Amino acid sequence: MKIDWAALGSVFGVSLFATVALVALFTLGMVGLSKHEAATDAGGGAALARTGAYACFALCAAAVAYGIYLIIA
Amino acid sequence: MEHITLLLGIVIITALVFDFTNGFHDTANAMATTISTGALKPKTAVAMSAVLNLVGAFMSVEVAKTISKGLVNEEGIQPEVIYAALVGAILWNLLTWLVGLPSSSSHALMGGLIGAAVASAGLGAVNGGTLVTKVLLPAVAAPIVAGVAAMFAAKVTYKLGRNVGEKTSAKGYRAGQIASAGLVSLAHGTNDAQKTMGIITLALIAGGALAPDADPPVWVIVSAGVAIALGTYLGGWRIIRTMGKGLTDLQPQQGFAAQTSAAAVILSSSNLGFSLSTTHSCSGAVMGAGLGRKGGVVRWSTATRMFVAWGLTLPAAALVSALAELAMRTGDVGVAAVTVFLVGSCVAIWLVSRRQVVDHTNVTDDDAEDPGVVTTAIAAVAVPPAGVAAVAGTDLKATIPAPVAHAAGETPAAPAAAV
Repeated sequence: MKIDWAALGSVFGVSLFATVALVALFTLGMVGLSKHEAATDAGGGAALARTGAYACFALCAAAVAYGIYLIIA
Repeated sequence: MEHITLLLGIVIITALVFDFTNGFHDTANAMATTISTGALKPKTAVAMSAVLNLVGAFMSVEVAKTISKGLVNEEGIQPEVIYAALVGAILWNLLTWLVGLPSSSSHALMGGLIGAAVASAGLGAVNGGTLVTKVLLPAVAAPIVAGVAAMFAAKVTYKLGRNVGEKTSAKGYRAGQIASAGLVSLAHGTNDAQKTMGIITLALIAGGALAPDADPPVWVIVSAGVAIALGTYLGGWRIIRTMGKGLTDLQPQQGFAAQTSAAAVILSSSNLGFSLSTTHSCSGAVMGAGLGRKGGVVRWSTATRMFVAWGLTLPAAALVSALAELAMRTGDVGVAAVTVFLVGSCVAIWLVSRRQVVDHTNVTDDDAEDPGVVTTAIAAVAVPPAGVAAVAGTDLKATIPAPVAHAAGETPAAPAAAV
């Protein structure tokens, strides 16, 4: 009986990193979007916040696409 | 394909029934948090999960042939052995559903295979080392890995997102949860529907209807995909309630953290060569997310019941399957008796479940379930299989308070007693 601790360790590391990174990224996207919306409501605009938010969401979407790729492959 | 015998036909139908129970048992994994946080309406959630399960079933057939490989020696497997394994797995799935506890359908199936194989060919038919590395260790590791990841993710999203406006927050967490729940559903379809395809293929090979090493025929893929999707759409509302409401109270932030963690764990584990159970990962993620909020609590009494169910899954399914296998040694009479027992138990469990209906209308209600029912039923689960249905029937009748004691109240015990 041989337990593959390396594989278990990498599953732990990758899961932890991916989860926290994705959730953080997504939350940052919402922070940016929220800033932009607040600015719009005040009559101004926050182009940088909006661009940053969309970049964050795009990265999250890419992660989901990679997830689907992993399921199919 | 010269002959599909009656027994083989029964085995195939039973495998599809198992697939169906697998679907409604595991809906909670993908959709419990999404439903309890209100990101999707219950019916919409199960419909989406069902479609993605169906799609997932067609996306790859890699898993389909690996279910029994390595764990049980394939030589000498008879259709009777597979049938016995399925009987144990189905009954365990239904019992855990009745008491509303998430447990691994894969473990139930493996337990059934092990029990039936041991009864049929002796202890030598099972690889003990594989059992530890593929079943026991992952069962312990999965909730820890997913729980830690979900806990940190929940902390992070609360910290970073504390200034996010309410409108953006509601919209965002909703979209995030739907996306991650979709991934979990898709992964479930590819994994679990294929397990049934693997079982049916194994039965066809064992019965001599297919050549060894054959790929699953198209009708097997289609019927397995449809069975799991139908089961998912039916929704295991009791388990959804436990996972979404019973273990901890989830806010959208936590639901998002939990689902993302579950998706990440399932995908990374199946791709890095250390497979972790979906159910265990999702339950762990929900608990971790519960701990990740300031003031968040996990109801450890519910969690403990769930852990007990996890521990019992393998031995209980194995015991039922072993007894079924021994009964079938007596020939056609035994097969008929096991079939009657299976159908009777299913009907009995369903009738008992009607006493306290949980469906899409009350799945997110706050009223706590009667602890007496669950505790009693858990106790009944540990009883040897021949008595399970009857004991569950009578004990539940004794503990359930007056409101349900209407005219139909007398019927549930009857089929159980007949079996």
